[in-house]
Amino acid sequence: MNETIGERVVASAPAPPRLEWQVATVVSVIQETPRARTLTLDVPHWPGHRAGQHVDVRLVAEDGYQAQRSYSIASAPADGMVALTVERLDDGEVSPYLCDVLQPGDGVEVRGPIGGYFVWEPAQRGPLLLIAGGSGIVPLMAMLRQHARADAAARAGVPVRLLYSARTLDDVIYRAELERLADPPQVDVVLTLTRQTPPDWRGYHRRVDRAMLEAVSWPSADEPNVFVCGPTSLVESVATVLVALGHDASRVRTERFGPTG
Amino acid sequence: MADKPFIARGFHGRRAAAPAGRLPPGQYETRDFPVLSAGPTPHASLATWDFTIRGAGDASPSMRWSWDELQALPHETPTVDIHCVTKWSKFDTKWEGVSVDTLLEAARAAGVADGAFVVAFCDGGYTTNLPLADVTGGKAWVAFGYDGAPLPPEHGGPARLLVPHLYFWKSAKWVRGLTVLPDDEPGFWEQLGYHDRGDPWREQRYRGDP
Repeated sequence: MNETIGERVVASAPAPPRLEWQVATVVSVIQETPRARTLTLDVPHWPGHRAGQHVDVRLVAEDGYQAQRSYSIASAPADGMVALTVERLDDGEVSPYLCDVLQPGDGVEVRGPIGGYFVWEPAQRGPLLLIAGGSGIVPLMAMLRQHARADAAARAGVPVRLLYSARTLDDVIYRAELERLADPPQVDVVLTLTRQTPPDWRGYHRRVDRAMLEAVSWPSADEPNVFVCGPTSLVESVATVLVALGHDASRVRTERFGPTG
Repeated sequence: MADKPFIARGFHGRRAAAPAGRLPPGQYETRDFPVLSAGPTPHASLATWDFTIRGAGDASPSMRWSWDELQALPHETPTVDIHCVTKWSKFDTKWEGVSVDTLLEAARAAGVADGAFVVAFCDGGYTTNLPLADVTGGKAWVAFGYDGAPLPPEHGGPARLLVPHLYFWKSAKWVRGLTVLPDDEPGFWEQLGYHDRGDPWREQRYRGDP
């Protein structure tokens, strides 16, 4: 087999302790878009995370009924706090609670970090190509924030491009922060809006397709590390096109989700 | 560290309409069929596709089936509930495939060494480890049909392992064979902190869970 995903993890590493549930405290909430809210959490025994990982959130009702969901971490490892950005699903069970009910000072149970493949670390060689659909931007934002914290020389060694597909400009999560990253350019930020566009819109106005990927991505010979996160339809088509364009499947890491309720 | 669950202020939940005893702890029912994979979807050609059961080491005997040979084996059509570690469960999913018992019997007859564990290997490089006891006794299949049609590539087609009583990452997509081993060797997600067995009823999601 000439394709492989991931390298074998060193077997001699000591087994980490069990991931325990902890009660985190909500430090602040930010309404990012009409449907997405960021919760910044103070987690008492946070072991640290890598950009791209997620946490499990558990809600327990008075009578013991419980619901769990996974949410990507939006904060960089060095931020100290753990920021989760949650998209509200009207027919969801956990996301409406996190978006409507939870307030600063409240506690919420979490355990993590979880996941070790969809992660970027500054030591990974090569340009960084991030492709997001909708709330799929969240784990990629942790990567952008980690990259932004590096010194200028380290940043110059890892050029970054973000292609972000959202329905409308108002649905673009972290819009002001992305504008700051793009001007002066630390990161090439390319937006495509699939539904409404503002009158003076000069960016793309369609779903991500092959021509767009050819225009935005580095050639496969540059060996970019690619992270794709979003709804299944976007991830399937983007990953398939990238492989067809010659990118090695082992450098195309994907996380597929519908938003979770 | 929280021994007793923390009560979420003002949380009532949307009580599942699922029949009692059908939803493992921490899971919710979905009617969709979400797709979760770590990389691009491989697209295998049936002309060159094969399924192999082998022992540890290159010198070990192995047993190999082409696509047509696999299709010629007795088919079963299990209807099962599936449970993903990302919290969704889906009830009454309908599959078509060949029992792993059938394949292991033939492999044993061909001299493939016995062992207490298997590692499933796949196109794209994915692996997952399972105790032999979890893929024998009518509990596991190599599935190539879903809901009356060929299994779509994004769901693991042309063939995936189906081990519905364990979390669904054990039901390896794009499976190409099993290696029979004397000892448990962690697979792809298991090396990244997921549980070696993954029983949803005991909520064995991550390494160290009971």
